Amino acid sequence: MKVLVAVKRVVDYNVKVRPKSDGTDVDLNNVKMAINPFCEIAVEEAVRLKEKGVATEVIAVSIGPKVAQEQIRTALALGADRGILVESDAEIQPLAAAKLLKAIVDKEQPQLVILGKQAIDGDNNQTGQMLAALAGLPQGTFASEVGVEGEQVSVTREIDGGLQTVKLNLPAVVTTDLRLNEPRYASLPNIMKAKKKPLDTLTPDELGVDVAPRLKTLKVEPPAERQAGIKVADVAELVAKLKNEAKVI
Amino acid sequence: MSILVLAEHDNASIKGATLNTVAAAKAIGGDIAVLVAGEGCGAAAEAAAKIDGVSKVLVADNAAYGHQLAENVSLLIAEVGKDYGHILAPATTTGKNTLPRVAALLDVAQISEITSVESADTFQRPIYAGNVIATVQSSDAIKVITVRTTAFDAVAAEGGSAAVEAVGAAHDAGTSSWVGEELAKSDRPELTAADIVISGGRGMQNGDNFSMLYALADKLGAAVGASRAAVDAGFVPNDMQVGQTGKIVAPNLYVAVGISGAIQHLAGMKDSKVIVAINKDEDAPIFQVADYGLVADLFEAVPELDKAL
Repeated sequence: MKVLVAVKRVVDYNVKVRPKSDGTDVDLNNVKMAINPFCEIAVEEAVRLKEKGVATEVIAVSIGPKVAQEQIRTALALGADRGILVESDAEIQPLAAAKLLKAIVDKEQPQLVILGKQAIDGDNNQTGQMLAALAGLPQGTFASEVGVEGEQVSVTREIDGGLQTVKLNLPAVVTTDLRLNEPRYASLPNIMKAKKKPLDTLTPDELGVDVAPRLKTLKVEPPAERQAGIKVADVAELVAKLKNEAKVI
Repeated sequence: MSILVLAEHDNASIKGATLNTVAAAKAIGGDIAVLVAGEGCGAAAEAAAKIDGVSKVLVADNAAYGHQLAENVSLLIAEVGKDYGHILAPATTTGKNTLPRVAALLDVAQISEITSVESADTFQRPIYAGNVIATVQSSDAIKVITVRTTAFDAVAAEGGSAAVEAVGAAHDAGTSSWVGEELAKSDRPELTAADIVISGGRGMQNGDNFSMLYALADKLGAAVGASRAAVDAGFVPNDMQVGQTGKIVAPNLYVAVGISGAIQHLAGMKDSKVIVAINKDEDAPIFQVADYGLVADLFEAVPELDKAL
C-alpha cells in the first residue's frame, strides 16, 4: 500500500524565536530551518512500515517556498521514495494546507496518510484532523503505536490520563505523538541517493485550491515575563517560605 | 450571537475543563449553550444545566457518541453548531481531536488554544512553544475555538438552571471504532486539575528515582509531572509531560526538580501561582521564573524536603 507523509519546514527546535521590534511578525532572518520534529517521526513511521513490507511506496509532501525542497530531501534521505512540493510563498494556514493535502490524496490515493500532530511554529494541531474531515476519512491522532491489520489500522493514542486504542478502516489519517518512534539519522550514502529521487512540484492553482488566509495576525509580542524570585539557602528555609510567606502548603 | 460550548465529560459527570471553557465563552459574550454528546449521558447533562451562566443544554445521547469518536461527534457539532457564532471546546485531547474536523466541515479556520479574548473576533494565543503571543482576528462567520483552560478562571459548577433539550440525529460515520482504554490508575489528583504539581526532569537520571517524587506528592496531595527531556529519555510516560507539546498546568504550587527550564517546558507551567525550582546548576533558566530557588543536589534535597513536611 501507498503511504503519504506530510513534512513541514519550520524553525529548528533549538532556536529561540523572537518577535520583530515592530510587532508585525516573528523575526526569521538568518534562522536555522529544519523538518518539523513531529513530521520527522511521521516519516520514520512510514519508512518502518515499508521495511516491514506493509507499505510499498512512501511519498513525502511538503507545502511551502521552493527551499522546502530541503525538507523533502531530508525525508527522502530517511527512506521516502519520492517527493511532492506544493510550492507557494504565501502564508498557508492549516485549513488551506488540509485542502492542498486533500487534493494530493485524491490524486495519489494513499491507504494511509501520516502527519505530525502539530508544527512547532504555529502550534495549531489541526491539519491532520482537517484533512481527515475533508477527505471523509477516520483519524488516529496523537499516535504512540500504529499497526496495520488487513483493511484496518489499529492506533494507540495518547489521551489525557492515559492511552486509548481505536480501529480505523483504511484509508485513514494518523498524526504522530512524541513516543511513536525515534527517528533515525540519515546516512551519507542515503543523503547522496536522496538527491536522485524524483521530486515533483505543483502549485495551489494547479490543485484548484484557494489558500487565502482566514485569520489575520494583528500583532505578535513576547509573553509577559515572570519575575525571578529569591534563592533559598536550604530545605528548611524553603519549607518555611512555602508555609509562612507563600502559604501554599 | 450565541455560543456553543462542547462539554468535556465522562457521561456521568462534567469535567472541570468545561467550566474554564464556559468562562471563555462569557468573556466573548452572548447566550451560552452547552452540548453534551455521549451515551447514557443524562447525569452529565443535568450537571451541565447547573453551570453558572449556561442558558441551554443540548444533549445528544446515542451509541454513536459513546466514546466520543471524532468522526461521529464532529458531524453532530457541524450540524448543531451551524447556527452559532462561536463553537468552543477545551484544548484537551478530546477537544483537539474533534474540533478541527468541525472547522473543516464548516469550511472555517480554527483558532487553537486561545489564552485571552480581546473581542468577539480577536483572540490571543501562544505560538512557537510559547516564545511569542500572537493576536489574531478571524474573518469567518463561525469562530471555531479551542480554549487553553489554565488561562481562564473556572465559572461556578452550581447556581445555574438551564433548560435541557435533546438534539441532533445519530451520525455514525462507520469508519472507526473504540477498542479500549488504559487509563493511569492513580490516587493522586489529575495533573491539569491538581493544586500542587511536582515535576522531575533529566536530572532525575532514571524512572526509578521518580519514586522520591511520588512519595513527596502523596504527602502533599500533589500530582507528578515531567519535562519533555525526562519523557524523551524514557523515564516516565508521555501523559506526564508538562510543556507546550504536553499538558499545560497552572497549580497553586509547582515544584520543578532537576529541570533546567527549556522554553517548551516553561510554556506549560509558567502560569503557576508559586514556582519552586531545585537544581544543582545555579545558572539553569528555571531559576529565572522560580519564586523560590534552591541550588542543591536533588538526591539530597528531595529526601530532606520529604522529611521536613
